[in-house]
Amino acid sequence: MRQGNFFRTSVILLLSVWLALFVLIPNLLVLAASFLGRDESGFINLSPGLGNYLRLFDSVYLRVFAHSLWLALLTTLACLGLGYPFAYFLAQFRTSVRPVLLTLVIIPFWTNSLVRTYAIRSLLAARGLLNNTLIALGLIEEPVRLLYTGSAVLIGMVYILLPFMILPLYNAIEKLDHRLLEAAADLGAGRWRRFWQVTLPLTLPGVIAGSLLVFMPALGLFFIADVLGGSRDLLVGNLLKDQFLDARDWPFGAAASMALTGLLFLFLAAYAYSLERFAVEDRP
Amino acid sequence: MERLKSIYLVLLFGFLYLPMAVLILYSFNASKYGTHWDSFTLGWYRSLATDASLIGAATHSLLVGCLAASMACFIGTLGAVGIYRYRFKGRIVLQGLLYVTLMSPEIVMAVSLLVLFIALHMELGFCTLLLSHTTFCLPFVTVTVLSRLDGFDRHLIEAAADLGAGEWQAMRQIVLPLAMPAIAAGWLLSFTLSLDDVVVSFFVTGPEFEVLPLKIYSMVRLGVKPEVNALAALLFAVSLLVVSGAQYLLQRKPK
Repeated sequence: MRQGNFFRTSVILLLSVWLALFVLIPNLLVLAASFLGRDESGFINLSPGLGNYLRLFDSVYLRVFAHSLWLALLTTLACLGLGYPFAYFLAQFRTSVRPVLLTLVIIPFWTNSLVRTYAIRSLLAARGLLNNTLIALGLIEEPVRLLYTGSAVLIGMVYILLPFMILPLYNAIEKLDHRLLEAAADLGAGRWRRFWQVTLPLTLPGVIAGSLLVFMPALGLFFIADVLGGSRDLLVGNLLKDQFLDARDWPFGAAASMALTGLLFLFLAAYAYSLERFAVEDRP
Repeated sequence: MERLKSIYLVLLFGFLYLPMAVLILYSFNASKYGTHWDSFTLGWYRSLATDASLIGAATHSLLVGCLAASMACFIGTLGAVGIYRYRFKGRIVLQGLLYVTLMSPEIVMAVSLLVLFIALHMELGFCTLLLSHTTFCLPFVTVTVLSRLDGFDRHLIEAAADLGAGEWQAMRQIVLPLAMPAIAAGWLLSFTLSLDDVVVSFFVTGPEFEVLPLKIYSMVRLGVKPEVNALAALLFAVSLLVVSGAQYLLQRKPK
């Protein structure tokens, strides 16, 4: 029994201590730093206050946050629009082919995202494949500027994050009970009505999970904007990078990071709430 | 309608794969600016193989990837067994913390780890990189192993205990063999995660310890270089191998 207790205590402690040391405490440190001031000579001085958070309401930073949220929202909607039909059709394939197709979605999911961003960059470059093809087709005469535009960043984001949307959607759609759709058809519901009133509500957890998985990284991936957008499109991720590594204003960076975390918790709470509501509605 | 569906699937797969395919094709292109197809060459790969700083960065990445994946597997597997087998105070909190780590954006984790290391006066480099990579791999391993364990008959462990096996023996002879495919898959996925990470590494490594993704990042920012095509193609091949391996391990049915 003593041996059992020792084993039990050590396996639980090992994981708990690691997470406490490298997740919990660092985040508490950031939280603490966000209330401190900045010293001209050192990094942090001890003058607690809400100054850093108030500075976030400066129009420059508000614009960064608004722009990031807007871009993340567009990315999420684009991924949802492209991914939902994709996952839906995928789930209709023969069970023997599905694992292969699914693996084809998973491979980009795990491929180096920087390498994939670079691939998009070379495709969109002034003398890249897209421009060359358009010129060869005679649609344009001079290369069009595709890189370093807002659309390039959006395309890059969608390209990187699309698999994050497809996988949870597919999981939800695959579980769909087709008898419910048949029942709805028997009761006279047309194709669209079946979709709006049966399929979509039942696959909503997948939609929300996928949207979160796209939305949250979309706020933080600074290198996509760096590589595809040049420096004009400042996002929250870039702001954090600048504050911590270039401007060295840690307390302010910490406040921005906390604001980002707060936003994400808000979305997560909304997700939990919608799941709960969904579960209640599910009951007969 | 069926034809329309297939066309849509092909188009979207095209969107996912075309850029990579073009990149790989161009990595064999002798034309320096990649504007047109010149002739087949392996020259870019050859110049990669002679770039000492690149090889150094790749070695660093492989080293950190292997070590971080192994550490994450060790701690994560034991932790998963603990969460699976025991009911203890704070179990929910521990699981919550795991999911928060899994969901929190890389940039937030990067910032918090940087603050921790600076507060501890640790020099940024190999150690900080290894600790950080282990941390972001850990929840992936734990959750993968846990989901595999959840599918098992708990009575197996009770039977082992009844037959006189201690905790370690039951772990070694029952739990580990059963969870092995998930542990192996977790290792492979952690390894890819570590090899691919830009955001966290960017924050927590120092100038003396350069890793491959950061090296690529600085190369990419400077402009398109044919060597980067070759490097990207190689990394894609590695991901392809590792992910297929992990998928194979995970989709094999438990015996």
